[in-house]
Amino acid sequence: MKPQVAFFDFTSCEGCQLNKLNLENDLLDILKHIDIVEFREAMDDKADFYDIAFIEGSISSPSCVERIHDIRRRCTTLVAIGSCAVNGGVNAMKNLHPIDEVRETVYGKDKYLFATLPAMAVSAVVKVDYEVRGCPMTQQDFLKLLISLVLGKEPPKYGSPVCVECKLKENECLYNRGMVCLGPITRAGCDAICPSFGQFCTGCRGLLDNSNLDGMLELMTSHGISLDEAKKRMLLYNSNEVQL
Amino acid sequence: MNRDLNIKVHHLTRVEGHGNIVVNMKDGVLEKAHLSIVEPPRFFEAMMKGRSFHEAAIITSRICGICSLGHQLTSLVTTEAALGLEISEQTRLLRKLLVHGATLQSNVLHAYFLAAPDFLGAGSVFPLIATHKDVVLRALRMKRVANDIGDIVSGRAVHPITPVPGGFTRIPEKAELLEIKRKLLEEALPDGLETVETMKALAGAIPQFERETEYISLKHPDEYALYEGAIFSSDSGLIPVENYLDVTNEYIVDHSTSKHAKYNRNSYFVGALARWNNNNSQLGDEAQAAAEAMGLKPNCYNPYMNTIAQVVEAVHCILDSVRIIDKLIDNGLKNEKPNQTPTCYGRGIGSNEVPRGILFHDYTYDNKGNIVAANCIIPTGQNLANIDDDMVKLVPEIINKSKAEITLALEMLVRAYDPCISCSVHLLEVDFIE
Repeated sequence: MKPQVAFFDFTSCEGCQLNKLNLENDLLDILKHIDIVEFREAMDDKADFYDIAFIEGSISSPSCVERIHDIRRRCTTLVAIGSCAVNGGVNAMKNLHPIDEVRETVYGKDKYLFATLPAMAVSAVVKVDYEVRGCPMTQQDFLKLLISLVLGKEPPKYGSPVCVECKLKENECLYNRGMVCLGPITRAGCDAICPSFGQFCTGCRGLLDNSNLDGMLELMTSHGISLDEAKKRMLLYNSNEVQL
Repeated sequence: MNRDLNIKVHHLTRVEGHGNIVVNMKDGVLEKAHLSIVEPPRFFEAMMKGRSFHEAAIITSRICGICSLGHQLTSLVTTEAALGLEISEQTRLLRKLLVHGATLQSNVLHAYFLAAPDFLGAGSVFPLIATHKDVVLRALRMKRVANDIGDIVSGRAVHPITPVPGGFTRIPEKAELLEIKRKLLEEALPDGLETVETMKALAGAIPQFERETEYISLKHPDEYALYEGAIFSSDSGLIPVENYLDVTNEYIVDHSTSKHAKYNRNSYFVGALARWNNNNSQLGDEAQAAAEAMGLKPNCYNPYMNTIAQVVEAVHCILDSVRIIDKLIDNGLKNEKPNQTPTCYGRGIGSNEVPRGILFHDYTYDNKGNIVAANCIIPTGQNLANIDDDMVKLVPEIINKSKAEITLALEMLVRAYDPCISCSVHLLEVDFIE
């Protein structure tokens, strides 16, 4: 029997799910090897049990917590996709401000009308078996993981910084072009797509283990930005991981 | 008919984000009919506080994956207005090409994958692969060409990379643009015209329902407005973009984490049908012919026809993309660097049409180029009151049908607006008290 696969979205932009639908050339081939049994953004059907549940988005409200526990109970393998699910992503920036101030900023005197929690990674609430990083996750990275799971193999792991992939693409270092880039501390796997298109790395794939954050800040400030600005850049996708 | 009716559709499918449809009728009196927005709030405006102008568009594009290009470009236009950054003709043309790509991909996705299954009695596009494989393959081809525009010109279609304040970090090569043009003419155009035939055949499944309302979109003196223009209301005419708050008048309702909006009436309509009603005379012959073939006439008051207006726009986007590519190449592609030297600091307001309607961003920068206040007003939020008003008129008109039929009609109504719920709860109004 083909694996029964489901997709769920929590607090996110749903861009990672959209990226799956953008696999136009491969979509029909993929469907030969899996059964999609639940995918609210694209279909009506619902199922009781899943071999693989893909989770997009952060956990950021009491109802999110309830839903993710329910999904975890009903699936064999749970995969977090995209930076919102993997580490909180941009949603976690709100955690840097007092929650009452954040609510008041948006809803004014009606701030208590809607429940909210700090934006959390899925792994902060339930066990996560695998992850696909990135904002958005890349289609190729997602496909590699899916193929590994269907074949029962261990998916690829990325232990080097974006700089390694950037060098392999023979890009000129953006620091030489007057930009400030998070490539040295960011986990690879994106094929250095942003630097390859002339834009600095925003750190969307999260921090490498044992990153030298002080060294990173020193490098950034030595290229003309303030320490405050350097810290903000580093926190963009890593508010839940970095203590500065 | 003194009927009791309780409908609750929990987490409506085939829309972006989480919404519930709630209808309560007691003894034939409609007590409640609305779309309840239950997407968790995201607090984007609060996240923007203190962020540099280099990051504003990177953050706001994450409001929505489906609308990421629209948010990104509107963010850039807003930042450029606030910081006095001029952009080149080439930048303007490349942005318009990207808008066409994003509009084409979004409209095709909605018409084929989200709306069409209802016309064919299916729960999703997946069973249609077996029964209508050529149609599904056609939809995938059209989406692919549209996404190629995004992938090549902006680095990737979801969360574009190269568009930055003042220009682009990479200019596409002539050969890349010519390849897009070839695919547009050889694949997308015939597919687009076939789509018109398919939709014409399905038009009988589109519910007959009318409610005349206020239609709001951008209007541009020279073209069918998608990128840049002034606000236009079908009730009261042109309004400068700077006065957008007079139009949107947002307010909070307890059944929605997204704010509602109203202008001259209790509610207004934004999106493809509003653009069609306000600007149809600026479409080319092919798009006009497509509209006629599918039975879409000027001043259409049937919200379900929004999907048809999207298909008309798909034809327009394909042909106008070819025109833009020709112009870029005629002008000669220049390897321009983005203009990122501010000439002033302060408040900027920007607006573009995105697939789901008119979008506003409003930022205020301090003299270091960091954001002190931000406000984003999203098309789906502006449509929510209009959707509720449609439901209030629609339910009594179809009350003699079965509960299942009424539920389907309401689901199809909400889907026709192609709502983007993640966007609508990005969240609002923002004055940061320093």
